[in-house]
Amino acid sequence: MIPELGQLCTTIALCLAGVQTIFPLVGAHRNQRSWMAVARPAAVGHFVFLTIGFGLLTYSFIINDFSVLIVASTSNSQLPILYRVAAVWGGHEGSLMLWVLLLSFWTVAVSVSSRRLPDYLATRVIGVMGFISVGLLLYILSVSNPFLRILPVPFDGNDMNPLLQDPAMALHPPMLYTGYVGFAVAFAYAIAAMLAGRVDQQWARWVRPWTTAAWTFLTLGIALGSWWAYYELGWGGWWFWDPVENASFMPWLIGTALIHSLAVTEKRDLFKGSTLLLAIGAFSLSLLGTFLVRSGVLVSVHAFASDPTRGVFILSLLVIVIGGALSIYAWRAPGLDRNAGFKAVSRETFLLINNILLSAATGLILLGTLYPLVLDALAMGKISVGKPYFDTVFIIPMLPLVIFAGIGMHAAWKQADTAQMVRKLRWLVVIALITGIMMTALAWGTGPVLTFVGVVTGIWLVLASLRDPVMRLFGKGPLLTASMIGMQIAHAGVGLFVIGVTVTSTYSIETDQSVRIGETVQVADYSVTFNDLQQVQGANYTALRADIDISQDGRIIAHLNPEKRVYRVQTMPMTEAGIDVGLGRDLFVALGEDLGDNAWSLRIQYKPMIRFIWLGCIVMALGGLIAMGDRRYRAAIQSKSPAVESGTATKLV
Amino acid sequence: MNRFIVPIVGFAILVIFLMVGLNRDPTFVPSPLIGKQIPTFSLPRLDEPDKTVTDANLRGQFSIFNVWATWCSGCRQEHPVLNQIAAQGQVQIYGLNWKDDVGLASSWLQKLGNPYTANAFDKEGRVAIDWGVYGAPETFLIAPDGTVLYRHISPMTMDVWKTEFLTRIAAAAGETR
Repeated sequence: MIPELGQLCTTIALCLAGVQTIFPLVGAHRNQRSWMAVARPAAVGHFVFLTIGFGLLTYSFIINDFSVLIVASTSNSQLPILYRVAAVWGGHEGSLMLWVLLLSFWTVAVSVSSRRLPDYLATRVIGVMGFISVGLLLYILSVSNPFLRILPVPFDGNDMNPLLQDPAMALHPPMLYTGYVGFAVAFAYAIAAMLAGRVDQQWARWVRPWTTAAWTFLTLGIALGSWWAYYELGWGGWWFWDPVENASFMPWLIGTALIHSLAVTEKRDLFKGSTLLLAIGAFSLSLLGTFLVRSGVLVSVHAFASDPTRGVFILSLLVIVIGGALSIYAWRAPGLDRNAGFKAVSRETFLLINNILLSAATGLILLGTLYPLVLDALAMGKISVGKPYFDTVFIIPMLPLVIFAGIGMHAAWKQADTAQMVRKLRWLVVIALITGIMMTALAWGTGPVLTFVGVVTGIWLVLASLRDPVMRLFGKGPLLTASMIGMQIAHAGVGLFVIGVTVTSTYSIETDQSVRIGETVQVADYSVTFNDLQQVQGANYTALRADIDISQDGRIIAHLNPEKRVYRVQTMPMTEAGIDVGLGRDLFVALGEDLGDNAWSLRIQYKPMIRFIWLGCIVMALGGLIAMGDRRYRAAIQSKSPAVESGTATKLV
Repeated sequence: MNRFIVPIVGFAILVIFLMVGLNRDPTFVPSPLIGKQIPTFSLPRLDEPDKTVTDANLRGQFSIFNVWATWCSGCRQEHPVLNQIAAQGQVQIYGLNWKDDVGLASSWLQKLGNPYTANAFDKEGRVAIDWGVYGAPETFLIAPDGTVLYRHISPMTMDVWKTEFLTRIAAAAGETR
């Protein structure tokens, strides 16, 4: 009964999403107040019924109702309750339910906080979001129904993939999806503005906090996924350029470009064409990502569903949503764009370079992700381009991007004073050069030139970003708004990230060794002693737990317990690495195969500064959070906003 | 041409590729080994570790080389099919027991039946790397002269056996005759 009720609620939500689409959009077009007034109540109703539907589905997981197909296939009675809830989005059907639920949540958030928005805009935004929801709910109810029953009812479930039984992995999809779906808001704003034929600075100010919010969630979601891959997959990598990772990274890059383009549109009333296109692009790539991951067109370790009917449905959805949006863009944007009125050296130029480089990076990643698919479509065989391609093509646009970011932040709008910028920044360049080269050389000796370049540019960006906020702490320099401080902190996060990536990828030591119990092996300056191996019982798994001491200069500095788990239901062996965490370096030991005669293969790794990668991401997200809190986003509509702003415009973000 | 049209045109091209891509079999991954000689190897036999299984065993008759492990659920699924194929006797079935445990693998064969002429025990997966093994189960079809004729990824079914393997055996046998 409960699942049927859930399906009913989801169907009602679909009907309400239809109402939420048709009445506001048609009403706004004909300027009929009564039709437009339907937007908000319909959005709220849509959200309420979807929440009940999702809640009932979750309930089926909690009470172990194995008559529901997806409960039987992704959960198990031995599974701890936290993972039974996480199992809701552990499979294909449930994860799409989460997707639409989050979409309706964002819609309600927009409609509640859009009271100040003019009706012509607010109703259209809600209508466009309803339209996307209709598409996805139709998909769910027709080819991906999570409420389906199974007969005969299995005695127990098939269990959740052990890889996903992890707190970070339980949180990763909701975070990522909140980010993905959050770009739907910017998308809807862009479509609404084009339909209404009006894009102005006030519009940009409304879109900015939503975009930043989505970006912040996406940043954290991607970082969580990377962190999880590092300690759970057992080989110590943190990014694999897997198609699924790329699917989340491309919207992030375009979303980042969108944030910057919006800044220009808000401050200078320029770049409207690119802002609109980036807003469409960020969400389109989110949808494309969903398509690539869900349809199985690209084979990946992550792909959990491979079904052509679903693929055809999602592809049609993509054509309607993205194709429709780009058609509106081709039709409306020419009348709205304006790209003049700034000098060669100005903040506008730097932000233009930023947008071009980020878009180029996205294009290269998209090419690498789709290249195997294209070759296959041309019947040239299935291939995959892999890490070497991505590592190479990504660094080419990124290096200048990081260098210019540090300069661009200090450039004034319209026309920057080059001499003044040089005076302001020259010492930072010198400090970055000295500390970067000294630190790398003292800690690790020599390295490739590119490593020194990477560390120096990373430090440069941190210094350039923090210059103004630190001066402010001492009461010097210009006053800073929350959005400026957020922007500076986020850029400092990028700098930390660059340092972490550079150092980890150059100076990591990774060895596989055969070690007997009681034996000690040497890795760099560290002695690794394999003390003991014991069998332990977990809630739903049995594990072999190694007992390992790591000492340096005769002193024990870490005690690690890497595990090799076998989950009872899926009998899949899993590595649980033992990691000694440090800001300067991680020591990572994973238990490998039994080599017989009391010997085991141990994967021992030294990972310098790898924490900076995730620290950088957290700092970026923190910056986003601070920027969102800026008061001007909550201020009432300023009747003459451009004029009011112009006095301070040269200083603001 | 108007630059605002570029995005929609690019998207249209992408859609065409996605449409073609959808109609392709995502589990079909050709092996670079097809048409080439099998890699040389020498591994201990699963049941008698002091004897070896080498690439020479696979030559001299049509044989299939099946990569399996007890931790792989697809292997359990295909096992009855392998038993059936063995009973028909058209080919010799050799197994590559991949990253597995001797005890578990032996009791698996006792319980589910043993379709294999012999099993090579690849504890560390080195030989599997030479063969370009992508995951278990995988099945290679090998001609008497040691050429790899076909590779099947994912569990074997009677359907696949008839349409992909038997037809190739018939064709290859016809050529040599």
